[in-house]
Amino acid sequence: MTLATRSEDEVTVAPDDVVEDEPRTPRGWWRLALLLVGALVFVFPFYYMIVGSLQKTQNQSLSGALPQPGNLTLHNYSEVNAALDLGRALINSGIFTGGVLLATVIFGVLAGYALAQLHFRGRSLLFVMMLLLLMVPFQLLIIPLYVLIVRNYGLGNSYLGMIAPFAINSTAVFIFRQYFMQLPKELFDAARIDGANELRILTRVALPLVRPALLTAMLLTFIGPWNEYLWPFLITKQQRMEPLAVALANYMNTVQSTVANPFGTILAGAFVLAVPAVVLFLAFQRYFIAPNIGSAVKG
Amino acid sequence: MKVEAELPPRTRPSVVELEAEPPPSAPEPLVKRLGRVVLGRQPIGLAFGAPYALFIAVLFAYPLGLSVWISFHSYFFTAPGVSVARPFVGFANYRAVLSDPAVRQSLLNILIFLVINVPLTVGLSMLLASALNSLIPFRAFFRACFYVPYVTASVAMVAVWLFMFNSTGVVNAVLGPLAPVPSWLVNQGWAMPSVAVYVTWKQLGFFILLYLAALQNVPKELYEAASMDGASWWHRLWAVTVPGVRTVTTLITLLAIIVGANLFTEPYLLTAGGGPSGKSASPVLLMYQTGIEQNHPDFASALGVLLVLGVLVVVAAQRLLQRHQA
Repeated sequence: MTLATRSEDEVTVAPDDVVEDEPRTPRGWWRLALLLVGALVFVFPFYYMIVGSLQKTQNQSLSGALPQPGNLTLHNYSEVNAALDLGRALINSGIFTGGVLLATVIFGVLAGYALAQLHFRGRSLLFVMMLLLLMVPFQLLIIPLYVLIVRNYGLGNSYLGMIAPFAINSTAVFIFRQYFMQLPKELFDAARIDGANELRILTRVALPLVRPALLTAMLLTFIGPWNEYLWPFLITKQQRMEPLAVALANYMNTVQSTVANPFGTILAGAFVLAVPAVVLFLAFQRYFIAPNIGSAVKG
Repeated sequence: MKVEAELPPRTRPSVVELEAEPPPSAPEPLVKRLGRVVLGRQPIGLAFGAPYALFIAVLFAYPLGLSVWISFHSYFFTAPGVSVARPFVGFANYRAVLSDPAVRQSLLNILIFLVINVPLTVGLSMLLASALNSLIPFRAFFRACFYVPYVTASVAMVAVWLFMFNSTGVVNAVLGPLAPVPSWLVNQGWAMPSVAVYVTWKQLGFFILLYLAALQNVPKELYEAASMDGASWWHRLWAVTVPGVRTVTTLITLLAIIVGANLFTEPYLLTAGGGPSGKSASPVLLMYQTGIEQNHPDFASALGVLLVLGVLVVVAAQRLLQRHQA
């Protein structure tokens, strides 16, 4: 009661400068409560994944949402490791993702720089093609890509075939272009007059200035192949080539009562799959911010 | 929006621009000057752009063309080395696609998906973004919470949802007698809405970031003026925020349609191959099932081409609308 009147007073005393930004008003508390409920909805499945992966016997009742001291085990992790060969699957995911990152950072930066700062024949065409590629979902091309890569080029079951359709992430190229365009043109002209060649200008002048964009683009590129399911699923026919997402999904479709706690085992695998991406984004979260992402999609 | 304003001057290099350039002080050899006119001022750009151009040509343009070619022929996979006739069949594949009840069902499913996903995504992400766009304690923490599902593999998240939403899962344990029978993911009426809610949940964080970026461009004075006039928080949301972020709202609608045209992992894993009885099948799932599992790549290609056209029409409509509004 007293609390309510107090905040009421605050509002009447200084109505115009606190209203929007003041969490101590009743409105502010509502906002915080809304965010808290939202955060809970978003984070609970992660929490539940960890709890579920540690259960000795499956407990789906409400009490199972809290870790029960008598029902804790790491056995599910060794179970899923035995079934999937986690190490091998992680290496496959790493090669797939690493290949895409490498190609994107080399060829994508070159293309982004050329699109932003160089004047050459065909630049407009390249730009239009990039926009078209950004619009047409990759999934709609799976049939011809399958025909080409698996049937015609015989690249089924190979890392090259897995990487190829993702090799240069166009969203990353777009981000690079946007950031290179924001750099003042005089900077480049000055370097050119000093006799630096374009490759030198790119690596010594332009790249150091857009390092945050580089990280943002790398983060966005990372989650593509690391989380991708459809394409590596189509192209791998042997378990030893499967990235973790595919191996886990196949396991989810086949596991029945072969293990004591099937859900626990699956959740343990899910946890291993989720952790690298989540850790990476939390560690670099200051690069995954609104303006960077915003500039990427506002074309 | 800020970026767009910066685009035009440099995206459209024109012949005029080339000719307008002042002549160099020293006389240049004709070959060099000719090369500059033909290849542009910095021909090295061709070399820089070449790998990406090659990538687009080989892994986008050619497959797109091949898809169209396959869709007009009778095409099936054979053992390696066996060559078979692939006769031109005109629009037969397209007729087959358009008269297939499974395709119609999948398009209806996408419609259900959009009807649930778009308003939910727009409403919730705008609400949460405007709540985040103020001096709130633990802002970075909340932001991270919201986008963590977005960065996590769908396969991993589907595993958790399967655990939570199965017939004896924790969600039904909470709901008790209110839980639907059969349970969510195997219920004819609930399967597609469940997929739509799952995708909304997974992608919301990304859209919150987009709205946050847009909100930072809405002039603060508008809010101050509105609250001076005694407008409530809700009123200000309607009168200032909603029109201020309209571009992003259109963009999100567009992206939702593209995501809808793209769904595969979710119906394949979450509802066990688009079940029950195709009630959550997506067009891409059908493409996989008919094209690769049942060896009718011609049918699947025709479906793919139609979807590409559909997406392009939607994008073009959005562009036109935006130009109209501006």
